[in-house]
Amino acid sequence: MKAGVLIHLPWLAALALMTAPAAAATIEVTIDKLVFSPATVEAKVGDTVEWVNKDVVAHTATVKGGWEVMIPPKKSASLTLKAAGAIDYFCRFHPNMRGHMNVAP
Amino acid sequence: MFTRYTAALAAVLFVSAAPFAQAADKPTDPQIAHIAYTAGVLDIEAAKQAIKTSKNKEVVAFAKDMERDHEAVNKQALDLVKKLKVKPEDNATSQALTKAAEEERAKLAKLKGAAFDKAYIENEVAYHKQVNGALETLLIPAASNAELKSLLETGLKIFQGHEQHAEHVAGMLK
Repeated sequence: MKAGVLIHLPWLAALALMTAPAAAATIEVTIDKLVFSPATVEAKVGDTVEWVNKDVVAHTATVKGGWEVMIPPKKSASLTLKAAGAIDYFCRFHPNMRGHMNVAP
Repeated sequence: MFTRYTAALAAVLFVSAAPFAQAADKPTDPQIAHIAYTAGVLDIEAAKQAIKTSKNKEVVAFAKDMERDHEAVNKQALDLVKKLKVKPEDNATSQALTKAAEEERAKLAKLKGAAFDKAYIENEVAYHKQVNGALETLLIPAASNAELKSLLETGLKIFQGHEQHAEHVAGMLK
């Protein structure tokens, strides 16, 4: 048993090294004048979304009953997507700002 | 009480806005800058009163958001008028807004607890609604400098967000 695990570990590590960087993408969403752009993002589980805030006020990317990312003024913040699904998010400080993501498994 | 204040502010804005309805009396850029900046300062003062008075987590968080956002926008406004070498000019609308806000602050100072929270948030909804209306129909159309107009347009989007945020908090207090 123990020997088996030891034998498999390098293989798993090699596999992770080969597949992970190639598969996961970083998707940039710009926030300018209270607009998420692009408004809709197509992504897959494991991808990272990076919000770049060009405004002088702080924003959030908030999913009702789910995650929240705080994006300070003139800064960026990111989130790695862990679950598949269609996600509507908004800014908690300015609920007139809305974005959408389609996360494939 | 709330209705009376809204009516008073509406009257104030109407009275001061009415002369501007004629093209010859449109507010000038220095006046517009002063009105927009004053409106921000007044909401920061309201926020400070709420942070000091309220014990409600949501209300205090909202007030801190208002303080932070309006300070950021007003800083940008100051930077712009400096760059444009525009000197903000006091005017009847700024004075009427200030007077109405002073009255509201005095009224709120007499309240505590849930009564304060409700009155503050309801006034925030009404105040943002009134100022946004003035921005949309009067100040933005009258602004002649493109950069000032653009700043007011972004400000309007931020303040429309505040109006929705305030409505959300008001709904939670019910």
